[in-house]
Amino acid sequence: MTDNTNPEFAVDESTDDPTTDDMVTGTDVSESVTSSGATMQRDTVVSAENVSVWYNDDRALRDITLDIPEKQVTAMIGPSGCGKSTFLRCINRMNDMIDAARVEGDLYLRTKNVYDDDVDPVALRRRVGMVFQTPNPFPKSIYDNVAYGLKIQNKNGDYDRIVEESLKRAALWDEVSDQLDQSGLELSGGQQQRLCIARAIAPDPEVILMDEPASALDPVATSQIEDLITELAEEYTVVIVTHNMQQAARISNKTAVFLTGGELVEFDDTEKIFENPESQRVEDYITGKFG
Amino acid sequence: MSTDDLTEDLTRRTENAPQELLTRSFFFLCAVLSIVTTISIIVLLTTEAAKFFSATAPLMGVEGPTASAVDFFTGTEWIINNEQFGVLPLVSATLAITVGSAVVALPLGVATAIYLSEYASPRAQSVLKPALEVLAGVPTVVYGFFAVVYITPALRTLIPGLGTFNMLSASIVVGIMIIPMVASISEDAMSAVPDSLRQAGYGMGATKFDVSVGIVVPAALSGIFSSFILALSRAIGETMAVTVAAGSQANLINPLNPVDYLEGALPMTAAMVNLLTGDVTGGGVAYRSLFAIGLTLFFITLVMNIISDLVAQRYREES
Repeated sequence: MTDNTNPEFAVDESTDDPTTDDMVTGTDVSESVTSSGATMQRDTVVSAENVSVWYNDDRALRDITLDIPEKQVTAMIGPSGCGKSTFLRCINRMNDMIDAARVEGDLYLRTKNVYDDDVDPVALRRRVGMVFQTPNPFPKSIYDNVAYGLKIQNKNGDYDRIVEESLKRAALWDEVSDQLDQSGLELSGGQQQRLCIARAIAPDPEVILMDEPASALDPVATSQIEDLITELAEEYTVVIVTHNMQQAARISNKTAVFLTGGELVEFDDTEKIFENPESQRVEDYITGKFG
Repeated sequence: MSTDDLTEDLTRRTENAPQELLTRSFFFLCAVLSIVTTISIIVLLTTEAAKFFSATAPLMGVEGPTASAVDFFTGTEWIINNEQFGVLPLVSATLAITVGSAVVALPLGVATAIYLSEYASPRAQSVLKPALEVLAGVPTVVYGFFAVVYITPALRTLIPGLGTFNMLSASIVVGIMIIPMVASISEDAMSAVPDSLRQAGYGMGATKFDVSVGIVVPAALSGIFSSFILALSRAIGETMAVTVAAGSQANLINPLNPVDYLEGALPMTAAMVNLLTGDVTGGGVAYRSLFAIGLTLFFITLVMNIISDLVAQRYREES
C-alpha cells in the first residue's frame, strides 16, 4: 500500500483555529494550514503502531499505524465492516469485553502502551471517554447521569458546578437547567446524546471517542452535535467514527479512511483527503463510486 | 374466475365453521376452569368459616359450639382442646417465617442473580443455573427434614440448648427454598437490562462492581421487586417445611425480635395441617376453625399481592 500514513506524522498545523469560536467547518482549518506560514507542532495523544485485531480467525484490522493529534477532531471514515469502530474501541480497550477479540501491536496513550500488561482498562477509560452510536443515558436523573463519572471515580469537588459546566459545554444546560432531577430518559434523542456527551466530559478525560454519535439523530440534532464536537476540540482530543463523509468533511481536522478488509488506506488532513487524495481507492470511495 | 366465484370465495365464513367453534369452546372451557376453581375455593372457605363464627353460624343453620370473631382475631391463645381459638399466635409465626426467610433469601438471591447475570462465565452459568433449578425442585417436606436434621444441629453449635423445633431453622430453610425464585426472576430482569447501559458504564471507566450494582440493579429494580413479592408469597403459603421444622406449639412471637426465633411456633399453614391430620372430627368447631384460618391466610396473601402491584407500578413509573 503506497498511501499509508507516515507514522512519523507531525503535522504542521495552523495555530489560529482552536480558539476561534466560529470554527465550524474543518475546511476553514485546513485552508489555514495551506495558507498560513505560522505553524506549530501538535502533540500526539494517541499513537497506533501496527495494530491488528482478530475476531477469532477473522482479521478485522490490518497493521494500523497512525498518530492522533491533540485537541483536534480526527475522523475515521469508511464503509461498513471496514474496522473503523473496531479501531476506535481499541483506544479505550472496549474490545477487551469481546471474548473473541484479540489485539496485536502497540497503542500508546501519550507515552504509555495501553496494551501493556500492567495497564488497568478501567483507569484507561477514565482518561478516554466514549460516546456511543445510540444515546444511552442511564435510567437516572439528568444530574446523576452527568455526575456518574465523578461518583465512580470518587472525585472531590463541587459536583453542582461541574454538572452545570458540563451541561453548558454540551449545549444542553439551557434546556434542562430547571429539570435536573428528571430522568435522562425523558429527553429527546438529540438531548439524550448531548447528555451522554456531558456525561463523558464531566470527569475531564483527555480523549473523547465518538462512535457515529449522530447516526441515530434527526438533521437538526445532528447539526447541534456537530457544532458541539467542533467546540469540544478546543479542549479535548476527539476521535469520531462516522459513515457520513460530509460530516467528516465538516467537522474534522484529520481524516483516516479505512476500506474493506480492515486496512487504513489513507490518513491525512481532512481537506487533502477530500480534495486531493493520494489513493485512487479513497477517491473512488469519497466520490461515491464505491462503498 | 367469474364474479360469482370470487364473491363466494371472499365471503366464505371461517369464523363459525364447526372445527373453529369446537376449538374455541375447548380453549374457553380450559380458561374458565381456573376461574371456576378459584370461585369454588372462595365460596367453600367463606361458607365453612361462616359456620365457625358465632355471629354468622345461625344464618348457616349450624348448631353447637362456635367461636366469637373478636376472640378469633384478637385472642393470643391457640388451644384447641380448650376451644381457645386465638389466631394471633399463628399469624405471628407466619409473619416470622416470612421475615426470617426474607432476611436469608433476598440478599442471597439478588447476589446470586448479580453473579449469574454479570460475572459468571458461560461455563459457570451452565453449572449454576441447573443447580438452582434442582434446588427449586426439591420436595418441600425434604427441606423440613433438612432443617431438623442438619440446620438445627449446626445452629446448636452456636446456640447451645436450641430446641429441635424452632423458628430459626424453619425460617432459614424456607429462605433457602425461595432463593432460586428470587435469583432466577431477578436474573431475568438483570439480563433484560440493555447492554448499551453496561457499555456506557464501562466506557466511563466503571468497574464491574460499579456497573452491576450502580447501573444494572437499579435498572432491573421492578423485576427484582417482583421476585421478592413472589418469593415471599411462597414463604407465607409454605406448608410442609414449616410443619416439620417449626414445631407445633402455638407461641405468640414477635417477628421482629430475633430472640423469639429460638422458640418453636405454629405458622397458620402448619396449624391447618395439624388440624387435618389430628383427630378433629368433621363438623366440629375445631374442624371449622381450619377454614377460618384458611380465609385469613387467603386475605393476607391477597393484600400482599395488591400492595406488590401498587409498589411495582410505582417503581415502573420511576424508572
